[in-house]
Amino acid sequence: MNVIGDGLAIVRGDAQADRVVPPTGHTAWLTTFTAGAMAFLAVFALALSLATGRLAERWSNELARTATVRISAPAGQEAAQVQAAERVLEQTPGVAETRLLDVEEQRALLEPWFGPDLPVEALPIPRMIEVIEDRQGYDAEGLRLRLAAEAPGAVLDDHTRWRRPLVSAAWRLRILGWLSILLIAGAVGAMITLAASAALAANAQVIRVLRLVGARDVYIARAFVRRFTLRALTGAAVGTVIGMAAIALLPRASEEGGFLTGLGFHGWHWLLPLVIPVLAGLVAFAATRQAALRSLRELM
Amino acid sequence: MIELDDVSYSYGGGELLSNISLDLPSGSFHFLTGPSGAGKTTFLKLCYGALLATRGRVSAFGSDLRDMGRDDIARLRRQVGVVHQDCEFLDHLPVEENVALPLTVSGRDRGTEAANLSELLSWVGLSGQARSLPPELSGGERQRAALARAVIMSPEMVIADEPTGNIDWEMSLRLLKLLVELNRMGKTILIATHDLNLIRAAKQQVSARVLRIKDRSLQLAGADL
Ligand SMILES: Nc1ncnc2c1ncn2[C@@H]1O[C@H](COP(=O)(O)OP(=O)(O)OP(=O)(O)O)[C@@H](O)[C@H]1O
Ligand SMILES: [Mg+2]
Repeated sequence: MNVIGDGLAIVRGDAQADRVVPPTGHTAWLTTFTAGAMAFLAVFALALSLATGRLAERWSNELARTATVRISAPAGQEAAQVQAAERVLEQTPGVAETRLLDVEEQRALLEPWFGPDLPVEALPIPRMIEVIEDRQGYDAEGLRLRLAAEAPGAVLDDHTRWRRPLVSAAWRLRILGWLSILLIAGAVGAMITLAASAALAANAQVIRVLRLVGARDVYIARAFVRRFTLRALTGAAVGTVIGMAAIALLPRASEEGGFLTGLGFHGWHWLLPLVIPVLAGLVAFAATRQAALRSLRELM
Repeated sequence: MIELDDVSYSYGGGELLSNISLDLPSGSFHFLTGPSGAGKTTFLKLCYGALLATRGRVSAFGSDLRDMGRDDIARLRRQVGVVHQDCEFLDHLPVEENVALPLTVSGRDRGTEAANLSELLSWVGLSGQARSLPPELSGGERQRAALARAVIMSPEMVIADEPTGNIDWEMSLRLLKLLVELNRMGKTILIATHDLNLIRAAKQQVSARVLRIKDRSLQLAGADL
């Protein structure tokens, strides 16, 4: 109830209540500046999280799709070897599904290179089995050995496998990004708590006088809370705008340009950093309110 | 209005006040005297809830101060106007805003009370200093400003700690007249003072009782005053 009241008081504003706390001069700028710097960093952490998230998703999609077993054998043995390979795959733990590409599909795959009239049947084109693995994945080396033994013409092509550690690195980077945002929020809270406590200690006389004339704790706290919340909000807004501008100005390469040039916001994701100042304001509000009510309780 | 029942107080060492019982009925006028360091300021603080008795019971407006929450104490402060011995102000705000501070913190619109405010300032002789900052005031001016601040809410009771400590006799009499007027309007008055002449002057205008702190306890002073 009181929290809501305080929140509304900040939005509504109370010129009279603001004036009871003396202006704090240059230390006020420190709060605003720190909030701004933190917001700037938070924008980058957010961009990092989103970019690595996109990267990890794209790469893991490709991983799931692209393992194939290619079988090239003399015409007479082909069917037997395909069967053998399918049997091996069936028995391999970690393989969820296999699918033999039919001739039409292979024609479609080759069409961009050779045109639509390619006589696929007449050519010694290898048969392809698409392999979809389950969550655990299969042991590629083991599979390769078994295929060599039972279907000598079969080759496992899992060229995207090298990406697996990269994908997990990308997921981890993403978690680090979110962790950074949490840490930044915590640092803002700690910084504001320190600043607010210092301001309260420096204004002991103000608090005594307000007490004497019958001001309630929430009234006194509100004057401080409003001030610090607005400072954090302002600083964070400026920091966010500068951070977003910096990201918008990053040179942009092709979509495949990799991870560094992919650092940025896409589409509606540009709205996400706008949450940062609001978050900073909320953190400042909670931190100052907590600090103010605590030190008012201690200051009998 | 304010009742003390077997109240003792100590700051941690020996007892400063012991076993004090007193009833300050509504509409009464009391002086509190005693040597410096006897505990007058301490006694007043017990009455308006700035200190809690170490033993015994203090009640104000019928409620025990020990049972009061912080907001209740704040409310009590608005019903009891207090003039501190060391008048403290918000040094960054002009005198008139300081005097109006009780209105501000209780959320009352100062605009509607503006006439009241300038009347009050001119009464305490501070019309010319309305826009001055408190650090620019003389000791006597500070005390007059503090008195104006204490009465602006028309409190039920006024407690003043050495309100004439820094001001000349003429101004003391004017302050006394205001306090007597307030008392005639039914307000309860409690004044700590060394100034025996002030007490004599008051006794010619109202029926004031004089309490004296001596040897840690409270005595009713004789008719010699
Ligand atoms: N916060 C405190 N902590 C410890 N001792 C205190 C405190 N405040 C006052 N005292 C002591 O209590 C005693 C009484 O102080 P108090 O201010 O009540 O006296 P007083 O009667 O108002 O004196 P004066 O006439 O000089 O104003 C003094 O000896 C003082 O040193
Ligand atoms: Mg005193």
